[in-house]
Amino acid sequence: MTIREVTIEDLKRILRESAGADENVDLDGEILDTDFDVLGYDSLALLETAARITREYGVTLDDEAATSARTPRRFLKVVNSG
Amino acid sequence: MRRRVVVTGIGILAPGGIGAKDFWNLLVNGKTATRRISFFDPAPFRSQVAAQADFDPETHGLGPQEIRRMDRAAQFAVVTTREALVDSGLELTVRDPYRTGVTIGSAVGATMGLDAEYRVVSDNGRLELVNHEYAVPHLYDYFVPSSFAVEVAWSVGAEGPATVVSTGCTSGLDAVGYACDLIREGTADVMIAGATDAPISPITVACFDAIKATTPRNDDPEHASRPFDRTRNGFVLGEGSAMFVLEELDSAKRRNAHIYAEIAGFATRCNAFHMTGLRPDGREMAEAIRIAMSEARVSAEDIDYVNAHGSGTKQNDRHETAAFKRSLGADAYRTPVSSIKSMIGHSLGAIGSIEIAASVLAIENNVVPPTANLHNPDPECDLDYVPLTAREWRTDTVLTVGSGFGGFQSAMVLARAETSVA
Amino acid sequence: MAPNGLGVENYWTATRNGKSGIGRITRFDPTGYPARLAGEVRGFVAEKHLPSRLIPQTDRMTRFALVAADWALADAGVRPSHLAEFGMGVVTASSSGGFEFGQGELQNLWSKGSQYVSAYQSFAWFYAVNTGQISIRHAMRGPSGVLVSDQAGGLDAVAQARRQIRRGSKLIVAGGVDASICPWGWVAQLASRRLSTSDDPDRAYLPFDPLACGHVPGEGGALLIVEDDDAARRRGVRTSYGEIAGYGSTFDPKPGNGRDPGLRQAIQLALHNAGLVPGEIDVVFADAAAVPALDRIEAAAITAVFGPYGVPVTAPKTMVGRLCSGGASLDLAAALLSIRDGLIPPTTNVSLAPEYDIDLVIAQPRVGALHTALVAARGYGGFNSAMVVRAAE
Repeated sequence: MTIREVTIEDLKRILRESAGADENVDLDGEILDTDFDVLGYDSLALLETAARITREYGVTLDDEAATSARTPRRFLKVVNSG
Repeated sequence: MRRRVVVTGIGILAPGGIGAKDFWNLLVNGKTATRRISFFDPAPFRSQVAAQADFDPETHGLGPQEIRRMDRAAQFAVVTTREALVDSGLELTVRDPYRTGVTIGSAVGATMGLDAEYRVVSDNGRLELVNHEYAVPHLYDYFVPSSFAVEVAWSVGAEGPATVVSTGCTSGLDAVGYACDLIREGTADVMIAGATDAPISPITVACFDAIKATTPRNDDPEHASRPFDRTRNGFVLGEGSAMFVLEELDSAKRRNAHIYAEIAGFATRCNAFHMTGLRPDGREMAEAIRIAMSEARVSAEDIDYVNAHGSGTKQNDRHETAAFKRSLGADAYRTPVSSIKSMIGHSLGAIGSIEIAASVLAIENNVVPPTANLHNPDPECDLDYVPLTAREWRTDTVLTVGSGFGGFQSAMVLARAETSVA
Repeated sequence: MAPNGLGVENYWTATRNGKSGIGRITRFDPTGYPARLAGEVRGFVAEKHLPSRLIPQTDRMTRFALVAADWALADAGVRPSHLAEFGMGVVTASSSGGFEFGQGELQNLWSKGSQYVSAYQSFAWFYAVNTGQISIRHAMRGPSGVLVSDQAGGLDAVAQARRQIRRGSKLIVAGGVDASICPWGWVAQLASRRLSTSDDPDRAYLPFDPLACGHVPGEGGALLIVEDDDAARRRGVRTSYGEIAGYGSTFDPKPGNGRDPGLRQAIQLALHNAGLVPGEIDVVFADAAAVPALDRIEAAAITAVFGPYGVPVTAPKTMVGRLCSGGASLDLAAALLSIRDGLIPPTTNVSLAPEYDIDLVIAQPRVGALHTALVAARGYGGFNSAMVVRAAE
C-alpha cells in the first residue's frame, strides 16, 4: 500500500535517474499530458522507472498498465491507484 | 573457383536431448523440455521456468580438473565438439594444425561461473571491495570467455585461428558464418565451429525479469514457450550447445566424408534501432535474408523450410513474420516455418547453432520439426508454422534466422550438398 | 581513449614524449590487493560527450567506446547519415564486457534482491554492447560483429573489418575498448597471476627487462575507421593513415604437447598475407607481456623471423598498461601514427635483458621514415595475432 502519493516532481526525479533527460525537452514545463515518446523515454526507461517506484514507494504496479501508460498523468494514475 | 563449405560432423547438447539422435527425437515428437527451474529456488523471480539440460559432466567424459575449472558452458562445448569430431570421422592428427581453427559463439560467457564466484568473493554482495583471497585460480577464464575457445582448441589440437564470437542471440549463427569465411578465404581447411551458453543463473533470470522478456507462465511450464501463438507472453530461457566440423568441400569429398549439408549463404545486418526493441517491419532481417539467399544463389521458391528465431515474445514473432513476408513474398505463405524454441527454449548465444543443427537434420531426414504449443495462432502471424506435429517434407534447402539484443539480424541458407547450386 | 591521453593527438603527444598514464588506482581503494597500479583514463566526463539518456544504461567502457567512435568518425570526416546505411558496420573486440556495471547489478541482486536488478542489465554488460550501441548511435545497419580473444581481439576485429570490406561493405568502425578497473574486475585479473605487484609506476611494467615481473592493467583502447579505398576516394578522402596490408592468427599448442608456440607462425602468416619479406618491415610493436617466459617466446619469435637485431621493436604500452581488448587496436593506432610522423615511440623504463637479441627502442623515440609496421598481440590461453600496416600510397 502506498504511504503517500507519488507526485509529478517525484516522477520527474525518478525518470531522470532511470534514463537521463533529453537535452531538447524541458521537463519542468507542462508535461503531464505529453507522450513519453516525445519526452524521450522508451519502454526500457518506463520499465526501469516503474521498478524504482516499486522499490521506493512499495507499490506493486500492474505490468501491462504501467508500460502502456503513454503520459505522465496516466502513469501517475496507475501508480497512485495501486 | 570459390571454395565451398560443408558440415561433416554434428554434436548437440540440448534440454531434453543430449546427442544428435536424442535431440532429433525430441523435435520430431514435438515434445517440450521446458520445466520449472530446479538449479536454484525460482520463487523470488517473475519467470520461474527454463529449459534445463540434464547434464552430468562425468558421464560425458570430463575429468575432475576439467569439471572444476570449466564453466558449464565450456563443458557443453567440449562435449559437443567431441561428438562432432567423432561423427565426422576426421583424423585431425594427420593434418596441419595451423589449418584447423576454432570459432565458438556465446552471448553471455561464463555467466554461471561468474555469478557463483561473485557471491563468494563479495560474501553475497556484502563487500564492494571483494576479497581476492577467495578467488578461484581459474577466475580469469570466467572473466574473459575466450577461454571456451581455448578448451575446445586444446581438446582437438587446433592451432589455427581461434576466437569467440559474441553477438548476443545471433552468436550461434554468426560464429558458424565467421568460420565459413575463414575456410572460403583459404585461411583454414577445417573449422570446429558452433556455440554454447549456460545462462540459467539468478542474475540472468533477474535481468530478463526486469524487462519482462521471459514468460511468467509458471503454472504451465511445459507449454510456456508459445512462438507465434496469440497467447504468447515471452521466451523461456534455455541452455545448450551445438558444434560442427566444417570442411572445405573438395577435401571432404576426397576423404569420402559423410556430408550433411553445404553452408551455402550467410549474412548479418543490424537494425540500429534499439538495444532490445524491434520495429514491426522486419526490414533489416529481410535484408540479411535477401543477401544470404543471393550468396546461396537461391530464390524464395527454392526455400523448403524456414527455421525461425521464434522466441515467443510479442514483438519478435510479429517482427519476424514481417521479415519473412518482405523477403520471401508470396512464397512466405507456401513454405513451412517453425520454431524449435517452442520445445527447447531460448539458449541465447547457443540457439543459433542448435537451430543450424536442426536445419541440417531436417535436410538429412526430409522432416520439418513442428512449433509446439501452437493452438491459437496470432492473426498477425498467419504463415504455416507447422503446429504441433512434425511433417514429412522434401527438404533440400533451409533458411535459418536469428535476431538479438543489440539489433543483430542474421540469416543462413543450408543446402543439401548434391543439389546445392551455391 | 588512453590512460596517457584522451584523443589521438593527446595520446600521441604523450606517447612520443614518454609520458606515462600509470599510477595508483583511484577508482577504488586498492590497499588490500597485491597489485595496486593501473593505467586509468583520466579527465573523462561522459556527460560532456554523450546525451544524459545514455548514461544510466552504459558501462564506463561503452561510454569510452561511443565517444571514441564519435571522434574517429569526425577524424575521418564521415557523416554516417550521408552514407548508405547497409554499407556501414561495426566490429569490436571485447574481453569482459561491461564488468563494472555487472558488478553493480550482481551486488544489487545478492545484497538486496532480484527486483533491484536494473532493466539495463539485459544489455549493458554483455560483450556485444559496444557494437550494438555504436551501430544504433550512427544508424549503421551493415554487417557487424564482436570478437573475444582476450588481448589479441583488437587485431582480430580489424582483420574482420577488412574481411567485411572485401565482401562489399564500405566502412567499418573497428577496434576494441575495455574498462574493468573495479574491485570485481581487479580480482579476476589478479587470478591470471600475471599482474605486477610493484608500487612504483616506473618500475612495475618492464617487458624484456631482466626485472620483468608482470604487467599493469589499463583501461581504454582505440577505434579505427576502416574503409574501402575506392569508396573513401569517392567521398573525398585525400589522405589516410595507412593500409591494412596483412594479417595472421594462430593458437598455441596445448601445454605439454611439445610443439612450438604459434606467435612466429602468426607473424609469418601476416607477412605472407601482406606479400612482404621480413626486411621490408620497419618496426614491430610487440605484445610485451612482461612475464619472462612469455617475453622469451616473443623475443625468440621476432629474432627467428627478422634475425638478431633485425628490426626495431617497441612497446609504448609500458606507458598505458595492457588494455585487454583495447590494447592491440591502440597499438595499431600507434603504429599508424609512427608511420605518419616518422617516429618510433620508446618502450619506457626498460633496460633490455642481455638474453634477448632484439633492437628494442628504449629511452628515446627513434626518428626516421617508416613505411610498414607489424603489430603483435597475444591473448591469455594461447591466442596469437599479427597485423601488418603500410603507409598510404
